[in-house]
Amino acid sequence: MSPVVNELRKRRREIPVWVGSLVILAAFLGGWEFYVREFNVSKLILPAPSAVIAAWIASLSNANTWFHTWITAWETILGFFFAMIVGVGLGAVLGKMPKVEKMLNPFIVATQVVPKVALVPLFVVWFGFGMTSKVVIAAVLAFFPIMLNTALGVKSVERGYREVLSSLNASRWQAMTQLEFPSALPYILTGMEMGVVLSIIGAVVGEYLGGSEGLGNLAVREMNSYNTTALFAVIIHLSALGFVFYAVVVGLRRFLIPWHESARAMKG
Amino acid sequence: MMPGTAAAGVGQGGAIAIALRDAGKEFETPEGPVRALSTTNFTVLEGEFAVLLGPSGCGKTTMLRMIAGLEAPTSGVIEVGGRNLWTPGKRDNVALANMGMVFQDANLFPWLSVEDNIALPLKLRGVRKAERRERARSLCRLVGIAGFEKRYPRELSGGMRQRASIARALSYDPKILLMDEPFGALDAITRDLMNIELQRIWMETNKTIVLVTHSIPEAVFLADRVVLLSPRPGRIEEIVDIPFARPRSAALNEDPAFQHIANHLRERLEH
Repeated sequence: MSPVVNELRKRRREIPVWVGSLVILAAFLGGWEFYVREFNVSKLILPAPSAVIAAWIASLSNANTWFHTWITAWETILGFFFAMIVGVGLGAVLGKMPKVEKMLNPFIVATQVVPKVALVPLFVVWFGFGMTSKVVIAAVLAFFPIMLNTALGVKSVERGYREVLSSLNASRWQAMTQLEFPSALPYILTGMEMGVVLSIIGAVVGEYLGGSEGLGNLAVREMNSYNTTALFAVIIHLSALGFVFYAVVVGLRRFLIPWHESARAMKG
Repeated sequence: MMPGTAAAGVGQGGAIAIALRDAGKEFETPEGPVRALSTTNFTVLEGEFAVLLGPSGCGKTTMLRMIAGLEAPTSGVIEVGGRNLWTPGKRDNVALANMGMVFQDANLFPWLSVEDNIALPLKLRGVRKAERRERARSLCRLVGIAGFEKRYPRELSGGMRQRASIARALSYDPKILLMDEPFGALDAITRDLMNIELQRIWMETNKTIVLVTHSIPEAVFLADRVVLLSPRPGRIEEIVDIPFARPRSAALNEDPAFQHIANHLRERLEH
């Protein structure tokens, strides 16, 4: 086959990936819309996507939506913030002290296995129906992946790098700031990515079960008033909020660890 | 030659940079202690280029790591610049600051630019940033990677990375450079080039160098003295003076006298 034909074929095949994603999304929404219209599905059960999107866009100009958004966002940020402090701190200690880690390991596994969402009612009892209980839940959920990844990162420091610092007679503090922290940072960021999603889940589940504020609570209220279209709109709104948080944390990679494979792959 | 009489080179006139006095190393294993290096006496003179040569398991790397302060001897004394390096419980800071170590892997930190990697030892010593940058720049010129100061290590070839790692070891101007198979991971062509470059750097900086290798041509090309070690247990087998004038060129490898020494070392290694 001639090179020119080959070249043309190659070019034809080079459709950007995001076009494929868009096609899949359009097919999904189209199928949904078609199903709802064609089979006369009650909007109490499943509203049409066009109606949901219209309701969501309408809700964006409603001050009430933004009030609840701020509540949920603030709970998530605070919970994530505390999870970061405790998770990175404790993770670093566990990574540095293998004996302590071994000693605590059965308890870490036990707390991992417990479905932590089941503890939510307990937190509501302890910390009340206000924001505090949601912040605590968000922090507890986000804490584990951050701690475990930090510990893994500190343990994974390359031996050769340690020897460099040893031959340079570096202090323990210098080893921590110059080697262990930057070396563990990609792991910490992975823990943060998992953690930020979990802290939103924590805040929303907390709002489901108690209190009168936040997007989770708004969703429950729409459900109770049989306004399924509005419920879907809240879910979309929550997804958008989650996406923003996740994108911010993922974006940190490019600023904090531009040298790392994962940050380079993002540019790719 | 018996290990006890291995202190050749003394009497060449220079001061002693490194001295091993009855230094030995035993490793504890579940099957009992294993001798990595027999009781060894050996001195390196200031400005000398000494090469430790031998097969794997001969204790050459152990010997270098004990000198570098990375592994404690289980018997005897190691002196660097006249100071006892291994006092019980800690290492002598002044002796350590006298030495720069180059590892087989360049071990550059991937999150630091080449310049920051080279200046890392200065940062640990509290040197100001402008001064660090200045020093890194001139070291890049010395080792032949000028223009790559701002790059990350992953953007460099293996040979260039090892050049940067040599520059890092030189950054705080130690008197002694210790090198553990520094070119062992490089391809043959790059390796020959790096040998010539290392000779040039050594001649320009007047350092004392102790280099570990298992390559006979590399040892003969670089060394003032080749210290031949043999395994099980690791011990000094023979010390060979290499008489060729400096600077030596790549063509030296074809010289009959060079090949004569190389053959002699090969026979001793194979016997």
